[in-house]
Amino acid sequence: MIHDYFFLAFAHLRHHPTRAWLTMIGIFIGIAAVVALISLGQGLQDAINSQFSTFGVDKIIVTGKSAGFGPPGQASAGKVTKADIQLLRKSPGIMRTAGRLLKPVSVDFANEVRTTYAVSLPEDDKEFELIKEVNTLRAAEGRMLKKGDKRKAMVGYDLAYKLVFSHNIKLGSKLLLNEHEYGVIGVMDRFGDPARDKAIYLMENDMRNLFDMKNEYSVVVAQLASGENPRAVAEVIKRAMGKDRHQKVGKEDFEIQTSEEILRQLTTILQIVSAVLTGIAAISLLVGGVGIMNTMYTAVLERTREIGIMKAIGARNEDILAIFLVESGMLGMTGGGLGILLGTALSKATEFVAAQMWGPNLLQASIPWYLVLGALLFSFITGTLSGVLPARKAAHMKPSEALQYE
Amino acid sequence: MTLLELKNIWKTYTLGSAQVHALRGVSLSVNKGEFLAIQGPSGSGKSTMMSLIGCLDLPTKGTILLNDIDIASMPESQLAQIRGKKIGFVFQKFNLITTLSAVENIALPMIFQRISHNEQLKRTIALLHQVGLGDRIHHKPTELSGGQQQRVAIARALATNPDIILADEPTGNLDSTTGRQIIELLVTLHNNSSKTIILVTHDDELAHYAQRIVYLLDGKIHKEWRRR
Ligand SMILES: Nc1ncnc2c1ncn2[C@@H]1O[C@H](COP(=O)(O)OP(=O)(O)OP(=O)(O)O)[C@@H](O)[C@H]1O
Ligand SMILES: [Mg+2]
Repeated sequence: MIHDYFFLAFAHLRHHPTRAWLTMIGIFIGIAAVVALISLGQGLQDAINSQFSTFGVDKIIVTGKSAGFGPPGQASAGKVTKADIQLLRKSPGIMRTAGRLLKPVSVDFANEVRTTYAVSLPEDDKEFELIKEVNTLRAAEGRMLKKGDKRKAMVGYDLAYKLVFSHNIKLGSKLLLNEHEYGVIGVMDRFGDPARDKAIYLMENDMRNLFDMKNEYSVVVAQLASGENPRAVAEVIKRAMGKDRHQKVGKEDFEIQTSEEILRQLTTILQIVSAVLTGIAAISLLVGGVGIMNTMYTAVLERTREIGIMKAIGARNEDILAIFLVESGMLGMTGGGLGILLGTALSKATEFVAAQMWGPNLLQASIPWYLVLGALLFSFITGTLSGVLPARKAAHMKPSEALQYE
Repeated sequence: MTLLELKNIWKTYTLGSAQVHALRGVSLSVNKGEFLAIQGPSGSGKSTMMSLIGCLDLPTKGTILLNDIDIASMPESQLAQIRGKKIGFVFQKFNLITTLSAVENIALPMIFQRISHNEQLKRTIALLHQVGLGDRIHHKPTELSGGQQQRVAIARALATNPDIILADEPTGNLDSTTGRQIIELLVTLHNNSSKTIILVTHDDELAHYAQRIVYLLDGKIHKEWRRR
């Protein structure tokens, strides 16, 4: 029976193909946008999760309190210092610590100047180990920086090869950093993170000389002993550091975050952004629904006589209702199905472009089966709901009057 | 045996403040297997009477018994069932569904009666041959002549094997030769399957194919006679 309804609905849609296509555009675009946004949002979430899985949930991060969303160490009022590292090392529950410097720097290469970030690698072996682990540092070319290196630099993959400068940076290239010459001894393997892939890496002592910094760190990472609760340890350290600095609770000039909290913050931001975007895209679905409703009202009016005929030959009100609902549902679902295809294509294209620009690790569009199924179901339901009022109008027509309609 | 009985039927249409009495106390009884013609001038209430018999509308007053069941005050859902099972309509304007082919049009009443697809196919083919259109099964109505369309309509009216065929001026849109062929088809049907047929026609000659003629005037039965 239901497939007869589909057949009848299809016979009508086939009869007005242009109108059918035009009607579907709203749903088509809406679903395409929603699918693309959700799959890219999910892809970003996956990327964040995987970055954090190498970083590990057993870390806490200490920074000077920053004014806003700026990168750590930049807009900070307070400073973290070598003294703080000493304090951390002695704190219970901490296994390893490492401090890093992060500063904007202008790089002169073959008489071209670009601004990027310089990032330090620790001189201390243990600290170096920890940084290497949490950042999965590997040299794509040349070698890794090591203790005692002077006036040597490693460059991020994108800085070397992605035409930040007109020429690729090679091993042995000379770079001028704030007028000091550095020799390139290695290229970092791709992180898939635009910021780190464009950075320049120096040993800590070089960096301290370069920026004339004695004790301060931009960020200090600490790894917890196994089985420790990150938040609890963070609280203890916060109190200890506050006491050390003679700062009242709530008035500290530094910040301690656990890696879990950072992950949660990023996830929340991402979710809010994608919810807002998806919400905007969903408006187009609403417009699409109204389009279907309009088309169905027209169809009901045009087919008044036909409704009379069908009733005369035995169609019950429910049959008429079903025929029109199936028809509007089909409009919705076909539009939705095509929208899924376009949305998939859009997010795959975005993924491709992102891979070209930042390497394959940053963004992989994720199109799970439930997104496809959900989008299909949603477009069918949107179509069907949009058809309810017109279909009810059709179903409740009086047979004698409908038959006389010209 | 009485199949259909109209008892003092009134039908009043209200147009704004004006009232039109389309039928004014019609009483009539039709036997099973009878071939009845209804005649009368334009506006005398013939179509109104057909739509009441065909359960397309309800009378303002009176009783209509079909197989001894009163249909004059039935809810729409039951009327639809009666239309689908017991009544076959043939209209002046053919009234085929333009987006469907001949076979599909004939199958449509069977779809509404939930008849199986195999059965639908079997009956449709048989009906097309019965009305002499075996070679036109996949044509759309617009690809058929008026006479052919009316044959499809007759086949559709027979699809659910109803008790009564109601034909309201089935020849009104056809030339006289084609019209006669259509009426002869109805006569053959009547002779072979003993279906009850009620035919509305302006044409005296065609009316004489019927066994009995009822003449309406101003919404009343003016006179009534049998063919000898
Ligand atoms: N839906 C309606 N609303 C108002 N008046 C109607 C309606 N249908 C029919 N009438 C009126 O009822 C009267 C009978 O109409 P009906 O159609 O039954 O006549 P008829 O005998 O079939 O005429 P014809 O030979 O022209 O088809 C007419 O006066 C007509 O105007
Ligand atoms: Mg009439």
